[in-house]
Amino acid sequence: MFVSIFILTLLVVTAITIARIGDLWAAVMFTGIFSFLGACWMLILDAPDVAFTEAAVGAGVSTFLMLGTLALAGKTEKPTTSSSVVPLFVVAVTGAALIYGTLDMPHFGDPNSPVQTRIEPSFMEKSQSDMHGLPNVVTALLASYRGYDTLGETAVIFTAGIAVILILRRSNDGFKSNDVFNSQSNSRKGSQ
Amino acid sequence: MTLDEIFGLYNYWVVICLMMTGFYIVIARKNLIKTVIGLNVFQTSVVLLYITMGKVTGGTAPIIPPEIAAQHGEHHEHSTAHSTAHSTAHMTADAPHLDHATEHGHEAVTPLTQHADHVHQTASAMADHSTELIYSNPLPSVLMLTAIVVGIATTALALALIVRISEDYGTIEEDEILLIDQRDSSH
Repeated sequence: MFVSIFILTLLVVTAITIARIGDLWAAVMFTGIFSFLGACWMLILDAPDVAFTEAAVGAGVSTFLMLGTLALAGKTEKPTTSSSVVPLFVVAVTGAALIYGTLDMPHFGDPNSPVQTRIEPSFMEKSQSDMHGLPNVVTALLASYRGYDTLGETAVIFTAGIAVILILRRSNDGFKSNDVFNSQSNSRKGSQ
Repeated sequence: MTLDEIFGLYNYWVVICLMMTGFYIVIARKNLIKTVIGLNVFQTSVVLLYITMGKVTGGTAPIIPPEIAAQHGEHHEHSTAHSTAHSTAHMTADAPHLDHATEHGHEAVTPLTQHADHVHQTASAMADHSTELIYSNPLPSVLMLTAIVVGIATTALALALIVRISEDYGTIEEDEILLIDQRDSSH
């Protein structure tokens, strides 16, 4: 309980620091810390698989990608001149609505909440005979019962990978539409 | 509102705080990289919200302990052996019983019923084990694994677009980009 409260406090402090800090380099590192703290909390919440993925992907790969972008696109944020009253108001109203929505939600760890009583027992029981004694039920669900989900996820990653390659492609490799795009952008630079 | 309710709901409130911080970063900050960071914070909070719902008090991770899993696998093989041994007596599993069965033909019924009893015992022992253990819900974990990976794909795409924008405009501040665009269209 106290470990949980401690980690949650750290998460909130980190998130607010990310929102306030102007140095993008530091903000990216704080995002890594945020993901890692999230992974720690997931471990307490009995989701080791998600914790591993979050630590590897959220704290690892995503930080790496952002640092790469920073190296290419500039490190400091311009201090904001516009007032932050309107965004703060919008955020406060949305947050209040969401908190009002949680009031009749099942309490933390309640074994009788709809999430637990609808599907879970059958999956825990079924997977043992279906998967010939595979110990990790999350793996069984991910790779077999929800296999199409995972297939779709792979398709999304593939599409994103192709899109990143096409966006970052240079003009001198003979890709026609990209040539057009680049000449437009050059003329725009010329007009500045 | 009682203290019990507050402790039962405080984790949702913290997650909502995190979400709203992410939302604030997205709408208040004009820097494009900061916006992507805000989206990431928001996404991690949503993942935390789902994982929170899957937790059961006193539960453990949805991984079956090796001894119970082994019993299960064994149980599975045994039951197949049991069901097919009546017709074809030369099965590979559980050698002594089945050797007996090939030797004695129809008399194999007796050891097979013993065998069935044995299976029944393991099954009940296993049931005892599983009543001792409470597992947290595996389904939110699975859904969030997919969400995290899709999230990194969208982050990568957004960052690639930002690199492209900074190559073309020389800035990644939203208002400066808008200014440049307005100047371009007026020319």
